[in-house]
Amino acid sequence: MAIEGADLIKAAAFLGAGICMGIGALGPGLGEGFTAGKACEAIGKNPKEAGLLTRTMLVGQAVSESTGIYSLVVALLLLFVV
Amino acid sequence: MMIQWDAETVIKMAAYAGAGLCMGLGAIGAALGEGYTAGQANEAVSRKPELSGEVFKTMLVGQAMAESAAIFALVVAMLLLFVNFPTHSWLFAMSSLSAGLCMGLGAFGSSIGSGFPAGAACQGTTHQPAMGGRLMTTMLIGSAVCQTPAIFAMVVSFILLFSNFSAQPFNPAWAALLGAGLATGFAAIGPGIGGGLVARAACDGVARNPERAGPVTNIMLLGQAVSQTTAIYGVLISFVLIFRNNEATTLIAPSAALLAAGLCMGFGAFGPGLGLGVVAQNAVKWISRSEAGTGDITRLMLVGMAVTESTGIYALVISLLLIFVV
Repeated sequence: MAIEGADLIKAAAFLGAGICMGIGALGPGLGEGFTAGKACEAIGKNPKEAGLLTRTMLVGQAVSESTGIYSLVVALLLLFVV
Repeated sequence: MMIQWDAETVIKMAAYAGAGLCMGLGAIGAALGEGYTAGQANEAVSRKPELSGEVFKTMLVGQAMAESAAIFALVVAMLLLFVNFPTHSWLFAMSSLSAGLCMGLGAFGSSIGSGFPAGAACQGTTHQPAMGGRLMTTMLIGSAVCQTPAIFAMVVSFILLFSNFSAQPFNPAWAALLGAGLATGFAAIGPGIGGGLVARAACDGVARNPERAGPVTNIMLLGQAVSQTTAIYGVLISFVLIFRNNEATTLIAPSAALLAAGLCMGFGAFGPGLGLGVVAQNAVKWISRSEAGTGDITRLMLVGMAVTESTGIYALVISLLLIFVV
């Protein structure tokens, strides 16, 4: 069985896309979990500020999410563009 | 020297390698989790030596729960050693190796996770000796939920071991079967540890503030259920990979896509699974301390969990694209 160059490149791109999104999901998952955990703690300490804390948590999580979205974009590029 | 690469030899080789990997990987988590429990029990006994009998009992029950995932790995390893697999298709080599990897990796997180509530229950027994029964119940419920990812891994291993793949073409199917094992195996790690963190906070909370035991148990179960979702995504991808109809091909790109789908969902479930556990851990901890803010904390926990889940869902989407679109 001869393996052609184009086939090999596609195979590597698919593997790269899977590994990119898989490992890229690790950091944001942990980081956002840590943020939300601390927000729960903060409401426990100061229940009156629930609204403010929720807003701060969501903004913080949105920023942590960015690397997950970069991974998604790179994975989609590897799947459909490259 | 001539080596005969016939199907029978290769399938036996793969089954033995799978058995070794299964029990070797499956032993890591149980040993760590039970060691943590024993360490906490020692600390508790040193604080109140007169309660050593109670602590000893709690420790052994908790360690038995943590052991169960390792016993699943032992069962799968024994099956791989002694079952005679059919030899008419080379795919049985890949499915037995994949079954071993799946159960070995899948036992890791659940056993570590089950060790956490057991340790907290040992400590709690010395804080609130009167609450021993309630603590034991919370610990048992919490560790039972921690075992679910290991049970998912065992189910996928059994399907890989006992299904008949001889109608499938070798080329893309080998990657689908390997990817199926890796998806559930890796995906079980994060949710297993995360569920354990939640259960530890609950046992700790019941011991510190026994009158909050009801709401603490409820929020623990809610948090653990949401933490398990990424393990369920892993099982979903495994089932899709195992039961799909593969078309024969001589190219390697389709096989790479199927293997990548398994790896993507496996790795992608780890971070969100553990992160969701951290959210619920903190929520349970603070709900156990006071009644004020319970509603707000629960709401915030669920919103925070939904956002934390998102990268796990991205991984699921990329895996499904790899399987069905490219």
